[in-house]
Amino acid sequence: MTANETIHPTAPATEIDASCKLPLLALLVGASIWLVIGSVLAMIAAIKFHAPDFLGACPLLTYGRVAAAANDALVYGFCLPASLAVIIWVFARLSQTVYALPLVPVVAAHIWHLGVFVGIASILLGNSTGFAWLEFPRGGSILILVAFVLIAIPTAATFGFRRDRTLYPSHWFLLAALLWFPWSYASANIFLVSMPVRGVAQGVIDLWFGNNLLFVWFSLVGLGVAFYFLPKLTGRPLYSYFYAQYVFWTLVLFGTWCGIPAGSPFPAWIPTLSNFAGYLLIVPVLGVLIITVKTLAGAPVTSSSDPTVAYFIAGLIAFIISGITLHLVAHNDQLARITEFTWFGQAQTQLQIFGFLAMILFGALYYILPRVLGFDFIFPKVTRAHFWFNLLGSVALVIPLAIAGYEQGSHAYNLDAALPALRVSSMGLLLILIGNLLFAGNVLAMFLSWKITLVKSIFSAVTSPLKAVEVKS
Amino acid sequence: MKTGLPVIFAVVLGLGGSTVGFVLAPAVQLGGVKQTTVLNSTDLYPPQRIGDATLGLQVYRANGCAACHTEQVRQEGVACDVVLTSAGKNPQAVSNLLATLTMTHLTKEAADTVADQLTAAGGKVETHIVPVGVDLDRGWGVRHSVAEDYVYDYPVQLGNLRAGPDLANIGVRSPDSNWHLLHLYAPASAVSNSKMPSFKYLFNLQKVGASPSPDALSLPSGFAAPAGYEVVPTTEARQLVAYLLSLRANQPVYDAPFTPPAKP
Ligand code: HEC
Repeated sequence: MTANETIHPTAPATEIDASCKLPLLALLVGASIWLVIGSVLAMIAAIKFHAPDFLGACPLLTYGRVAAAANDALVYGFCLPASLAVIIWVFARLSQTVYALPLVPVVAAHIWHLGVFVGIASILLGNSTGFAWLEFPRGGSILILVAFVLIAIPTAATFGFRRDRTLYPSHWFLLAALLWFPWSYASANIFLVSMPVRGVAQGVIDLWFGNNLLFVWFSLVGLGVAFYFLPKLTGRPLYSYFYAQYVFWTLVLFGTWCGIPAGSPFPAWIPTLSNFAGYLLIVPVLGVLIITVKTLAGAPVTSSSDPTVAYFIAGLIAFIISGITLHLVAHNDQLARITEFTWFGQAQTQLQIFGFLAMILFGALYYILPRVLGFDFIFPKVTRAHFWFNLLGSVALVIPLAIAGYEQGSHAYNLDAALPALRVSSMGLLLILIGNLLFAGNVLAMFLSWKITLVKSIFSAVTSPLKAVEVKS
Repeated sequence: MKTGLPVIFAVVLGLGGSTVGFVLAPAVQLGGVKQTTVLNSTDLYPPQRIGDATLGLQVYRANGCAACHTEQVRQEGVACDVVLTSAGKNPQAVSNLLATLTMTHLTKEAADTVADQLTAAGGKVETHIVPVGVDLDRGWGVRHSVAEDYVYDYPVQLGNLRAGPDLANIGVRSPDSNWHLLHLYAPASAVSNSKMPSFKYLFNLQKVGASPSPDALSLPSGFAAPAGYEVVPTTEARQLVAYLLSLRANQPVYDAPFTPPAKP
């Protein structure tokens, strides 16, 4: 303990924040650019259902490639690196020590964004692997795997140096997330790309990974971060460690088995088991509901309190809706049959991405960034507007998509039945896109002003001795 | 909790468990799927895919057709149809009986009762197993998809959204390669008001040489190439179509039995 004490003494918050500055900037500048690229690509894909031949002459922008690139840019370009940025900061703060080895994540962040670039470019050029959520071919996937591990190691080390040895609930969720992504991503890539299994087992593994990324990993990060910020921003203790532990275990034990629909061309035990897990998923979801309600009950959430609370509340509500839907679909054969293979599934994905995880990450970053950089946002009012754009956008995207799916499924997959609602959903996407531009603009403006200050200070450091000489002569 | 060990334990138990269950077990159980025999026959299913069709799967993958098309057919159950093969010696009695009976979409028991009644009246009957379901009603197949259907696929393109029809049986449904070429070049020329994007970039628009290319598409008016030009499919387009035509999941197998239509 004493050795630990001297290497990583308890540090004041400002010092901890400052130690996270470079890794966070390296991760977030790229992430906010991918966020914009991803939402623009998603918009292009959506427009193709209004006008099928929009940008159709260009093979790079054919629907199948753009749609996959949009998903990956949003998930691998934005959600994952932004999550890592938040985890880095939360771990340093929880440990009450400065971040260990901040330069490693800086390098890793560049490797990460290079990997995403290679991956997205490959998809657009027609070199996707053809597996949903694992489209990046070897060049891209190895880079992001290496980068993730490089970021996870110093982050876990920071965790190891924590001053208060007792684990806080966020620790469990976020540590599990640090382990789970490299584990699942590597396993899926080994069995699908490096030494591919034969035949339909590929389908099982792909579905397994998709669920573990979009539901389990997203939930681990989103809940872990929300359970850190909610008490902090409301000034009330998390209600309670017991429930949080319960959510953690049930999520990890049941959630990881979900996502394989009944009737799939696999041996019957696989979808049956998966459906049963989906049915049990109601347990962690109710846990989150209780935690959210009880932690907030009586909290003085007023307009004068930190506006970022709203992001966490909205995100947690999205999680609860998303979990209940997964449960209902697993529970009700009729609903499952109608919604399968329709836009309903896309609605669930978008809810997880924009309604839940991105919402929570935005809230966290609006809190973290000014503290880490030591100055406020260049456009502070915009952070409030972004909330409304993202909230209304998510509602106007997800609900029409779900309706489109329901219509499509009730009319024997007739596309015409889905089109009206599908078109409305593009409006939601547009709102989200505007919100994302505001976010990216704010982050990039902050980054530039930090760069300018940096250059200025270097400049004045170089020029000041000269001035001193001038004064003497 | 004072150490990270319980978390690691949770990860190993929960996440490791599902890795064993949904990655390793399927890899072991299904990784060895082989051709199977067609029910009541010695034919092997599925037939080996030949060169062009195999390459065509890569064109399908590269262009993300699976973003809009599934290759898996669902089935809600099976029903029995009773088919009269001969009216026998007393056709009047049989046809009187027929007028009172429902012959299709019966449960096994009901089908047996009907068959017994008809046999008693002197008719000869067969009971056919008929898969039922929305997909099958739409004509997207004759039975649900089974693991063997994908033995020769890499990557397996199950898909998860049906913006367009399921393609597990497109080779049976639309066996004409020219139709497919036209449809890929200008979907609306083959299906009125189609919302499928065109894949013009899989075709060359070229000047008609001394003699027109035998491969040139004969496009309907309104979609035709400008005068003096012709539209010729690239190798990729041909491969893609060869792949589409190879999608024929229409044989009864052990996991998905049905009575095939009588061979002429
Ligand atoms: C944006 C979504 C979309 C993409 C991408 C797409 N399709 Fe389609 N496809 C449709 C729609 C909608 C239909 C139904 C209208 C029609 O038949 O043209 C369809 C119909 C078809 C049909 C006719 C099915 C039938 O039952 O008659 C075939 C064959 C087909 N597509 C093949 C392909 C191939 C091959 C690709 C990839 C090169 C592809 N599609 C990409 C939307 C899409």
